[in-house]
Amino acid sequence: MTVAAEALAGRSARRRVRETVVTHVCLVIGVLIFAFPIYLALIGSTHTSGTIGRGDVPLLPGPDAVANYAQAWGIGGGRFMGVPAGGMLLNSLLMASLIAVGKIAISLTSAYAIAFFRFPGRMVFFWLIFITLMLPVEVRIIPTFQVMVSLGMTNSMAGLVIPLIASATATLLFRQFFLTIPDEYVEAAKIDGAGPVRFFFDVLLPLSRTNIAALFVILFIYGWNQYLWPLLIVNDRSLETIVVGLTKMIGSGDAQNEWNVIMATAVLAMVPPVGVVLLMQRWFVRGLTETEK
Amino acid sequence: MATLTLSGVRKSFGATAVLHGVDLAVRDGEMIVVVGASGCGKSTLLRIVAGLETATAGRVMIGDQDVTALEPADRDVAMVFQNYALYPHMSVFQNMAYGLKIRGLPKPEIIRRVDEAAALLDIGGLLDRKPRQLSGGQRQRVAMGRAIVREPKLFLFDEPLSNLDAKLRVQMRAEIRRLQKRLGVTSLFVTHDQVEAMTLGDRLVVMHAGHAAQIATPMEVWERPADTYVAGFIGSPAMNFLAATLEAGGAAARLADGLVLPFADGSRAGEAGRKLTLGIRPEHLRPQTGGLRVMVELVEPLGAESLLHGRLPDGAEMTVKLAGAVHADGVLEVMPIAEALHVFDGETGRRIEPLG
Ligand SMILES: Nc1ncnc2c1ncn2[C@@H]1O[C@H](COP(=O)(O)OP(=O)(O)O)[C@@H](O)[C@H]1O
Ligand SMILES: [Mg+2]
Repeated sequence: MTVAAEALAGRSARRRVRETVVTHVCLVIGVLIFAFPIYLALIGSTHTSGTIGRGDVPLLPGPDAVANYAQAWGIGGGRFMGVPAGGMLLNSLLMASLIAVGKIAISLTSAYAIAFFRFPGRMVFFWLIFITLMLPVEVRIIPTFQVMVSLGMTNSMAGLVIPLIASATATLLFRQFFLTIPDEYVEAAKIDGAGPVRFFFDVLLPLSRTNIAALFVILFIYGWNQYLWPLLIVNDRSLETIVVGLTKMIGSGDAQNEWNVIMATAVLAMVPPVGVVLLMQRWFVRGLTETEK
Repeated sequence: MATLTLSGVRKSFGATAVLHGVDLAVRDGEMIVVVGASGCGKSTLLRIVAGLETATAGRVMIGDQDVTALEPADRDVAMVFQNYALYPHMSVFQNMAYGLKIRGLPKPEIIRRVDEAAALLDIGGLLDRKPRQLSGGQRQRVAMGRAIVREPKLFLFDEPLSNLDAKLRVQMRAEIRRLQKRLGVTSLFVTHDQVEAMTLGDRLVVMHAGHAAQIATPMEVWERPADTYVAGFIGSPAMNFLAATLEAGGAAARLADGLVLPFADGSRAGEAGRKLTLGIRPEHLRPQTGGLRVMVELVEPLGAESLLHGRLPDGAEMTVKLAGAVHADGVLEVMPIAEALHVFDGETGRRIEPLG
């Protein structure tokens, strides 16, 4: 190697090191900003309420984790003592899963109809669905509540889930995906003798696997984070969801909050969505590498 | 195995008419190649036979059965698509077996048929693979296999070779022909490639703007093209066309520059001065003084022969194919072989046969 070439190689190596350092510093700062509140919650859930109540924020784990989590899981805390997190987590899990599965089922079938069939009013329906994109739950919440009251569906899991199931976004996403599926698959299936239902289950559904997995993650978290609708439709504390229950634990004003239990409940509330993301991500990646086109 | 009969098949998409009445009778076991330029309605015709499109008018008969109103699945046809249309999430075996499974064939019978077809196509080792793990040629074979296991009355091919590279295309072309002969299944094969058409077909249907311009054996199409379109489309390099008029007596044609070419095969009807188009294939021209004066613009040596591209004094383009290496510069005088002259009507472009 000539001297000049060595110098050049040395310089580019130094540049690589500098770039690595800079990017890592940026990443670490980002991680700190996002992770710090979660870290605080984790730490907070390992101290007694007295420690936190004094006002100084501990940065190292305390000795009371087991007691706090046991109380949060089995007994509850806060203003209205006695709604255990275990039940609320189960409610949330059920609600979020039903919403995600329901949304996917409804939007798969409606996208199938819109993308593959010619029927009168097809474009009208398409635009109707499209327009509802602009109507979030909050806008239609009063009439929806009225309908649920008339149907006697308040205080029920069905009342909690059904109004949230229709999904314009998922329908449109599936429609776009279906439009990318080559016509020849449909035609090959027709010649093979597969009717619309068989085609849906044998060809379309397997091809949509990755999209379904990705949407499930997004929709599960959407369902998990629902606040306003569960707050309105459910009074029965046995149907309380974790997100609503968590906010109810925090008292206003001077009341002494049991921050340790609240933190423990908050940490518990994070586990299922994180679990779903991790679980589905594996599936999602596998799906990506297994199918193409 | 069966015959296929199309009578008066028309198709319009809204206001645009794509097929203007196609009649065709395919014999049992025959391989018919539908050839024509892109957009002339070949695929539409094939899809009407498959039942993927409904004809605006006309009838499709497979054997003695009128299938015009039947669904694709009830027509007992198999189709090989240009992009193969193999289901990506199914293995090769599942792809081939899918149609049989839907028909409710017993499992051992399905396995027997798939194994048999796989052996025939030499893809026995690939049955567990997914389509994306296959090369283009292998996918092509699987697509063929999927058609074969069905044991249909009719094979339909829509440009199945155009996604392959040149070498593989020639190889698969021969293989398809061999398989089709061996299985004896009546077949309709669509292509825009005239070489493919000439080599594959028992008979050709040359399509032009929604009409069947000519239906005949490859050699007949080449030797006696029905009109100037067919003449120009079949044969490479393309036929040369010259404007001419009929001489009195109908035994010769006079070119614009005064050269008179006598017909070797007999005289044509019509009075003197009837407008003609003469067709001369590049390989049917010989150097000869006193012939057509071609200003040579480009020489393409092809080894065994050379292609000369040039113009006549009136500006008409002319291609000449001569044996061996040719060093021609400036003007070359060539004369058509009288026996190989094609005579077409100057207005309609239809072939004019000799009298008697
Ligand atoms: N579904 C359709 N709707 C409207 N026009 C079509 C449709 N399918 C084909 N065409 C038109 O019909 C003509 C013939 O098409 P096609 O049969 O695919 O031609 P080829 O296979 O000979 O290239 C084309 O001009 C094409 O634009
Ligand atoms: Mg085509």
